[in-house]
Amino acid sequence: MIGRFPPFYGDFYDQLSRMQREMEQMLGAGAPAASLRAGGASRFPAVNLGVTPESVEVYAFLPGVDAQGLELAVHQGLLVIAGERPPTHPEGATDVYQQERFSGAFRRTVSLPEDVDPEGIEATYRDGILHVRAPKRAAVQPRRVQVK
Amino acid sequence: MSDATQSSQGAGRVVLPPVDVYEDKAGITVVVDMPGVGRDGLAISVDGETLSIEGRVDLPGAPGMDLVHAEVRALHYRRSFALSRELAADRIDALLKDGVLRLSIPKREEARPHRVRVRTA
Repeated sequence: MIGRFPPFYGDFYDQLSRMQREMEQMLGAGAPAASLRAGGASRFPAVNLGVTPESVEVYAFLPGVDAQGLELAVHQGLLVIAGERPPTHPEGATDVYQQERFSGAFRRTVSLPEDVDPEGIEATYRDGILHVRAPKRAAVQPRRVQVK
Repeated sequence: MSDATQSSQGAGRVVLPPVDVYEDKAGITVVVDMPGVGRDGLAISVDGETLSIEGRVDLPGAPGMDLVHAEVRALHYRRSFALSRELAADRIDALLKDGVLRLSIPKREEARPHRVRVRTA
């Protein structure tokens, strides 16, 4: 038998750990905390992803946006976070000394594992962090089987 | 105003937050991205001519959660600036909203640009 052809979208967790390794290589051990800005504008917003037995938790570090204007969509296992952050140029400013903060349109895509229930996704925005909670389908949650 | 930020290497995971700095006639505005930081986690201090901003909160998470992908490893922000003498450090106004801190540092009255009126005799 010929070895199994690696599926295009690979295993979710494999992908994640690969991304994490790449990040670490990019930053190097104990890199100064430039991580928020690493990769430039395309990295906005930075994203953390966690899993619990019942859910997938996505945290997008998205300060200073209007939560009502955020576009949040789930399509074919992809969570899309899109929106726009206006520049904060005060009127009548004569000099701009630093402009490190991201402004403009942004879009980030996070692939969700197959076992999440897109209908049950909830999102909250607080202190500049967007938290998206995607529950796993009941059938795949670990269950205790009682022995009679 | 010059950036007096020191290297954060070796000081644990400290994030250098991105800032915008503008100046207009009234003073200088500093805008700092500090997602996750609320009022309780924020400390702003002026020591001599150094303005220091520090924000520290725990990484968000859920009970029993494994962090499988992390672009943000810590929410401990620190940055400092040297204030020049024409700025009124005692009248800094700070506004924190949605993880963005906006500092308004007014210029002292005598340092603001003003027109010299020419009299005719």
